[in-house]
Amino acid sequence: MESHDYEVIVVGAGHAGCEAALAAARMGCKTLLITLSLDGIALMPCNPSIGGPAKAQLVREIDALGGEMGINIDKARIQIRMLNTGRGPAVQAMRAQADKEVYQKEMTRTLLAQENLELLEAEVERIEADSGQVEAVVTDSGDRYRTKALVLTTGTYLKGRIIIGDISYEGGPHPLPAATKLSENLRELGFAMGRHKTGTPPRVARESIDFTRTEEQPGDDRILNFSYMSPKKKKPQVSCWLTHSTPRTHEIVMQNIHRSPLYTGVIKGTGTRYCPSFEDKVVQFADKDSHQIFIEPEGLHTDEMYIQGMNTSLPEDVQLAVLHSIPGLENARVLKRGYAIEYDYVVPSQLRLTLETREIHGLFTAGQVNGTSGYEEAAAQGLIAGINAARQVKGQEPFILKRSEAFTGVMIDDLTTKGINEPYRLLTSRAEYRLLLRQDNADLRLTRMGYQLGLVKEDRFRRLQQKVEKMAEVRQEMEEYRIKPGHPEVEALLAERDQGRLRDAVTIWELLRRPEIGMDDLVQAGLVSEEVEEEIRSQLEIECKYEGYIKKQVEQVERFERMEAKRIPEGIDYDEVPGLSNESRVKLKEVRPESIGQASRTPGVSVADVNVLLIYLEKKRRSSEHERGFAEVQGTAAGRE
Amino acid sequence: MEDTIAAIATPSGEGGIAIVRVSGENAIELVDKIFLPVAGGRSLQERAGYSMGLGWVLDREGQKVDEVLVSVMRGPRSYTTEDVVEINCHGGLLPARRCLEEVLHRGVRLAEPGEFTRRAFINGRLDLSQAEAVIDVIRSRTDKGMRIALRQLEGGPGRKLREIEERLIGINARIEASIDFPEEVGDVDEEAAARELLEVGRELEQILDVSRRGRIYRQGIKVVIAGKPNVGKSSLLNALLQENKAIVTDIPGTTRDVVEDYLNIRGIPVRVMDTAGWRETKDVVEKIGVERTREVIAEADVVIVVLDVGAGISQEDLDIRDLLAGKKTIVLVNKEDLPEKRITTQELEEMFGDWPVIRGSVKEDMGLEELEQAIEKLVLRGEVQADDMEMMVNLRHEEALHQAKVHMEAAKMALEADLSLDCLAVDVWGALEALGEATGRNLREDVIDRIFEEFCIGK
Ligand SMILES: Nc1nc2c(ncn2[C@@H]2O[C@H](COP(=O)(O)OP(=O)(O)O)[C@@H](O)[C@H]2O)c(=O)[nH]1
Repeated sequence: MESHDYEVIVVGAGHAGCEAALAAARMGCKTLLITLSLDGIALMPCNPSIGGPAKAQLVREIDALGGEMGINIDKARIQIRMLNTGRGPAVQAMRAQADKEVYQKEMTRTLLAQENLELLEAEVERIEADSGQVEAVVTDSGDRYRTKALVLTTGTYLKGRIIIGDISYEGGPHPLPAATKLSENLRELGFAMGRHKTGTPPRVARESIDFTRTEEQPGDDRILNFSYMSPKKKKPQVSCWLTHSTPRTHEIVMQNIHRSPLYTGVIKGTGTRYCPSFEDKVVQFADKDSHQIFIEPEGLHTDEMYIQGMNTSLPEDVQLAVLHSIPGLENARVLKRGYAIEYDYVVPSQLRLTLETREIHGLFTAGQVNGTSGYEEAAAQGLIAGINAARQVKGQEPFILKRSEAFTGVMIDDLTTKGINEPYRLLTSRAEYRLLLRQDNADLRLTRMGYQLGLVKEDRFRRLQQKVEKMAEVRQEMEEYRIKPGHPEVEALLAERDQGRLRDAVTIWELLRRPEIGMDDLVQAGLVSEEVEEEIRSQLEIECKYEGYIKKQVEQVERFERMEAKRIPEGIDYDEVPGLSNESRVKLKEVRPESIGQASRTPGVSVADVNVLLIYLEKKRRSSEHERGFAEVQGTAAGRE
Repeated sequence: MEDTIAAIATPSGEGGIAIVRVSGENAIELVDKIFLPVAGGRSLQERAGYSMGLGWVLDREGQKVDEVLVSVMRGPRSYTTEDVVEINCHGGLLPARRCLEEVLHRGVRLAEPGEFTRRAFINGRLDLSQAEAVIDVIRSRTDKGMRIALRQLEGGPGRKLREIEERLIGINARIEASIDFPEEVGDVDEEAAARELLEVGRELEQILDVSRRGRIYRQGIKVVIAGKPNVGKSSLLNALLQENKAIVTDIPGTTRDVVEDYLNIRGIPVRVMDTAGWRETKDVVEKIGVERTREVIAEADVVIVVLDVGAGISQEDLDIRDLLAGKKTIVLVNKEDLPEKRITTQELEEMFGDWPVIRGSVKEDMGLEELEQAIEKLVLRGEVQADDMEMMVNLRHEEALHQAKVHMEAAKMALEADLSLDCLAVDVWGALEALGEATGRNLREDVIDRIFEEFCIGK
């Protein structure tokens, strides 16, 4: 048995694992990334896209903190669109279609080039811990790798089980095997495990599709990037295609529903409501005789087309019949069939906000293994786990993003505090301060932190500082410069918009606040310099137009943060706290909140319980102060003798 | 310092004075906004710590709500060690409640049960040995408040509230689904949303109105008039109602099997209860049943048992007396205007012990004044507590409804101004969260659940 020493080991090279490994290595830790297959790095086993509402915000946050997902999707994307353009700046979100192969290749290249980072192909079977401190992992070949911190990012592989119709077998996402021993090992180590179910649709050969019977969905004709660092240039875009299921499709599903493992009871894991199988949709929304089906390319150089909206675990013959009943897919040739996958996850209420397990010091878990879904959710967790693993190794304070600072913070707080009963997907509706957590201002929110963590390089940080300064400068000018009645360009603009003439002098800022005036108008009227970057312009425009709402949310955040600032000591014994209701005692013991704020969000904990807790903490504080004071007095007395 | 909170401090025992206590970082500044000092008086902000000022509390229209004595205590020399303002309302509980409302509408938060005490403790005002006692206060007041709230939510108005809540969840879900799943759900039908917001806003206004008139929830002390048929109970009720302008009139649409009316007896809100059909039937106990009578009586804080001096004391009267064991009871010997007197003082003493006895005539308006005094005395001596807890719960609900309404109005304006969906969502969430305060639920998850129930998500 050979022994190797690392500071951080990451198990699993999916989206979480890649971010975790890169972060730890970039922060200077000697890092090892172990994966079942080096060909499976950053695999996108499901939809070939990244972004969308809430998810785009996550990618932007990852990027602002110095993570890789944004840069990588910018390299690999073959289409990009801005969603929600009509629904307001806070909820605008980019989504890109990826060339899956390029995505994997680029990420693999980045990992290989990363200093301090080694890659290893192996299956980890066991975690070794000594008196609650993680020590090492042992692989299938019996090799032992010692480490100070371990990040587990094993996705849907833990005891993975693939189900198609009445066939089911052990396996991870196609084409990789499952990790069975590790799941058992986690149970042995004392972790509560849950079981989830998710699914993926069939892939169809491009040349077998009749696109004339579908509707084309082109990308946006403007320059969009996920990463603030990606070169601002246009790339050629490929289209997606939209078609619909027919009454005939639904008939076929209903005729064969008894063969669906969801209904025969073969599948036991909890499925997702936001990503139901097609058969679920047909059954649950029986009044709808048609559902949207999107056909998305999996890459530029592959024949595979992803049939979005068609997640299914129906038997193969039924899958084919279903597809053939859909316009454009009458002659579709299936390259890969759809399947459902069940897998174990670590119940996330066992985690701290750093994603470290409470049970074992130095053991972190991130991504789908924590019961979440989605590449972006996984990557953001991976980044946070990687950062905290590295900081722990270096003896630094934990790094936690608050709900008021980032969607990443909302997600991790939800996971650890509220518990989950289906794969967790981030929604913008989950964020209380959505207007502040926009994709456009992720850099303003987080890049400084990324710099302090050592993940954002000097040049990027300088760019941010320049941007901040420039924004402040332009804003000040806009707030100070007064336009007098009779200003030719402004009066012309107002007339053009059917507005009355200026009665009093107004500042540029006030002018911009009017709904009919936009930033572009101000630039055209020569009131804002053309040299001000587009990015700064649009951010100032948001700040101006939404000032009232933003201010309201900022005030809410102040109140929120007061509660977050009240810490609950680690070792608190809830059995000792008098006056707690039983329900909340049970929940508090399970979740072990780190602050009064988090306690108040824990389901089952009432305001009265929070008040009682506050008093208990104060009592504790005073008695320990008293004891300390007492000890000091004794100390001096002893000294005098 | 923490955020600013307010509540009615325990009002009993002090000759009809009730205190609105305000504590926190902006206490002085915020109360100043509703305080008009007497001519030549100083504003609160200009006052020294520990001083009193005479003046009026004004509502938003500038109308005087009550004449008050306001004391300012600057932190740390106050009960909570924060800046504290106490508004002494001598009109009693009802005006105090209105003053509190005005304070709340200026952005002060209604205190949680026991919150002042909690702050006093945390800030070092109370010593360590008092911790347990503080916890007890919080616990018992909360539990009691919860029981009251539950009871209130079970009734008709509670149902109405949940209906509104359901609709708001629906509106929220539609907006959120459209934001989070734009491709599957498509655009929000803004006209329909506007219509619905308007409707919900109106319904909110309605319950708020009903609640404001004091009828929707229980509050004040409960007085039951008991007595055998024909002794003059209904007449008494009517007389009391006429003298003390009833606070409310009946509310259509709320079904009750008990007729209730509110009186304002010397600033004390008094709810007089009379069992349904009392007026029509000639044999009450038989009609409504002994059980129901017992129930009504059990809930009463004070019972007025009416005797007919012309009819004398019969077995029926004694049966009623037996139902009243342990109750604060006032005996009214009615119809003293009749020439024939068949009840002697001795009989009364023998049969009704030391219950206060008033002889009078409803018809001739004799003894009613005395009766009211007797009620007041029971309350002020603390033998009967005007239930400030109930009032606080009631107020908490109203405040939540009020906040919800404010958010709904903002939402309506956002729609009219054609603001984007993300802004509209802020207001609609705000309304829902405010309602959640009333029903004690966090409704965010309900909205997310609703999205998945109503929309076929998952492209
Ligand atoms: N003389 C006289 N008659 C009264 C007085 N109070 C009530 N009554 C009459 O007694 C009758 C019964 O009164 P009512 O209020 O209906 O009694 P209830 O059955 O106890 O509600 C009516 O005819 C009243 O007018 C009173 O003080 N003096």
